[in-house]
Amino acid sequence: MADTSRFRCLSPLFQSLLFKDDDCPTNTSIEQKAVEESVLKCYRTFRSSLDIYPDMPFLDREMHTDFLTKGLQTLSSSYECLDSSRPWLCYWILHSLELLEVIIPEERALAIANFLGKCQDPEGGFGGGPMQFPHLAPTYAAVNALCILANVTNKVFDVINREKLYNYLMRMKTKEGAFKMHDGGEVDIRGVYCAVSVARLTNILTKELSDGVADFITRCQTYEGGFSGYPGLEAHGGYTFCGIAALVLLNHTERCDLRSLLRWTANRQTQLEGGFQGRTNKLVDGCYSFWQGATFPIVHMIMCTDDDDQNLSAERWMFHQEALQEYILICCQHSHGGLIDKPGKARDHYHTCYCLSGLSVAQHFIGGSLSNEIIIGNPQNRLRPVQPVYNLSLDSVMMAQKYFGSLKLPSGAANKC
Amino acid sequence: MSECNVDDAASNEAWVPFKDRPEWRDLKPIPQDDGPDPVVQIAYSEQFREVYDYFRAIIAADEKSERALSLTKEAAELNPANYSVWNYRRNILQELNKDLKEELKYISQVIEDNPKNYQVWHHRRVIVEWLEDVTDELKFTEKILKEDAKNYHAWQHRQWCIQQFSLWDQELDYVDRLLKEDLRNNSAWNQRHFIIKNTTGYTDEIIKKELKYSQDFIRKAPNNESAWNYMKGVLQERKLFDFPGVLEFCHELYSKQIRSPFLIACMIDCYEEMLELGKPKKEETLQKATQLCNELAEEHDTLRREYWQYIARSLASKYGADVSGDS
Ligand SMILES: [Zn+2]
Repeated sequence: MADTSRFRCLSPLFQSLLFKDDDCPTNTSIEQKAVEESVLKCYRTFRSSLDIYPDMPFLDREMHTDFLTKGLQTLSSSYECLDSSRPWLCYWILHSLELLEVIIPEERALAIANFLGKCQDPEGGFGGGPMQFPHLAPTYAAVNALCILANVTNKVFDVINREKLYNYLMRMKTKEGAFKMHDGGEVDIRGVYCAVSVARLTNILTKELSDGVADFITRCQTYEGGFSGYPGLEAHGGYTFCGIAALVLLNHTERCDLRSLLRWTANRQTQLEGGFQGRTNKLVDGCYSFWQGATFPIVHMIMCTDDDDQNLSAERWMFHQEALQEYILICCQHSHGGLIDKPGKARDHYHTCYCLSGLSVAQHFIGGSLSNEIIIGNPQNRLRPVQPVYNLSLDSVMMAQKYFGSLKLPSGAANKC
Repeated sequence: MSECNVDDAASNEAWVPFKDRPEWRDLKPIPQDDGPDPVVQIAYSEQFREVYDYFRAIIAADEKSERALSLTKEAAELNPANYSVWNYRRNILQELNKDLKEELKYISQVIEDNPKNYQVWHHRRVIVEWLEDVTDELKFTEKILKEDAKNYHAWQHRQWCIQQFSLWDQELDYVDRLLKEDLRNNSAWNQRHFIIKNTTGYTDEIIKKELKYSQDFIRKAPNNESAWNYMKGVLQERKLFDFPGVLEFCHELYSKQIRSPFLIACMIDCYEEMLELGKPKKEETLQKATQLCNELAEEHDTLRREYWQYIARSLASKYGADVSGDS
């Protein structure tokens, strides 16, 4: 008989964690219960396979790598709906591969960089594909992808037209301190994070670019504690990550109510499933493993510099790292490779990237000079640690800092922030 | 952030290839330039490839015509997330001075088919902005929210319309209706906060009313986090303690053997505030607070053990002589 006591999902009281609807069923609770049923089924199957394979759960690196490397070359016509997200596809795949420690051959790296160059607009910024208008989201994805490729050869950085990129970012900036996603496009906190992140990585974050941006971000923190996409809207995992990560990049973390942010984020881990939901009373989804999960190392990092320091754990983040790993490994691996939102959903590269990124956050505690690894299942499940603010490996961030750190600011930009 | 189902590709049977469209003969299509060694290469259908080859040609020629307009419709149908297409379509609409009411009808249909897409909602917003007419907007968003009561884009559009055109009057009734249908609809609670904050504001009188409103919902379902979060949000700018009803309310539920983690968390927040304000019986209050943290960590909310232990430690180190919140 296998040792089941190591797993939270197999503990005797696990059933007591089922959603409590207080005898007042509504749409929300009915949908929640259906998801819990499907998750329980995964955990039961896992229990029975544990007798045969005692080092379960097992991250199927080979199959995921296969799914990813195939996608890096060709994708079926069902991906036409992502035809304006091709730099994203590059980033999702490359980042997943760097977490899995798969090495990219140099000619492949140059081919990807060359393709991203084709997506760059002559007036700066990157579009969703060749000859598409520049957009902040693919711009973020392209710059991040190039940072990963720089580990193979830093020639790839030559692709980025820094001066024009700066002009593009300035052109997208709005009066309220936010950014339009593209010319004539929508304004929300994603744009802020994308703009600030690429500006930091390429060392063009000037005072005029960052002026007033923290004010806009602050207006997005809601009464619940998380951040919304735009002032007034509901707190949401993806936007919360964008908000707090951007404040770190802008050196304005004092503008955030950390205590309420921490409370809200801690409450987003779901009792039974162990994964994260994006908003209060919504369903668990594998991609929030990163969007919510990464907020913990970021908040920890901020608090480390406060006087609260001695109360912080020296071993763990403030969420249940084992529970999240169990959810990702047992419920979110697609049988043909790739990772998913929740049981029964289709696989895609987006969920593969953010499930793996969240898994990495859950495996590695790194607080200043302290570090602690918690690896659920087979020891080979270990992924590379991530830098949570950029969602890149530590090496990829360093490549960018080394390369762009010494370059001068674009002309016309007077003072550095 | 990525809302598209890569499993079902739409197919259009009635599609006419461009070689059978004499009206396009004068334009030379521009193929996509992926470079010599393409990556993440999508196996486009013939239809997709042709439509976008012509779309590129139209942009290159800066052509703003009826046929260009109908081409953007074809392109948008094949990939509604292509922001370049929508952007260019807007340029044509303006140039040709098109009937925007018609456009609104068209985009309504597209949104109903793709309710979780950023671009289509943004297109609608720009059209409404140009029209300066918000007649259908509340009804339309209600229709979408009927299918998915938490659709973020629909709420965003609704808030923008309300704010832009001062449509505050009926909104609390709508929220009330939604909460009666599903008291766990967090988007509706958030809307309630948005409306009050931007109209009457949270005055003493409104706070009292809203406390009662949320507490009635909490009594019905004490494990519903949304109502607890809203109740605390109501008191955000104030002190929980200015309204002594809150702690009493919590005690009442606690004495009925209710152990919702959100109830216990709220009690901890009340005690923390008493400590912050330097109320008497400091040691006793601290002891109660850390005791509740431990109850959550060990029994009622073990998933969040790390968090609750941290809260206990930080309360103890801030307000106590003895640092032993961690049992
Ligand atoms: Zn997801």
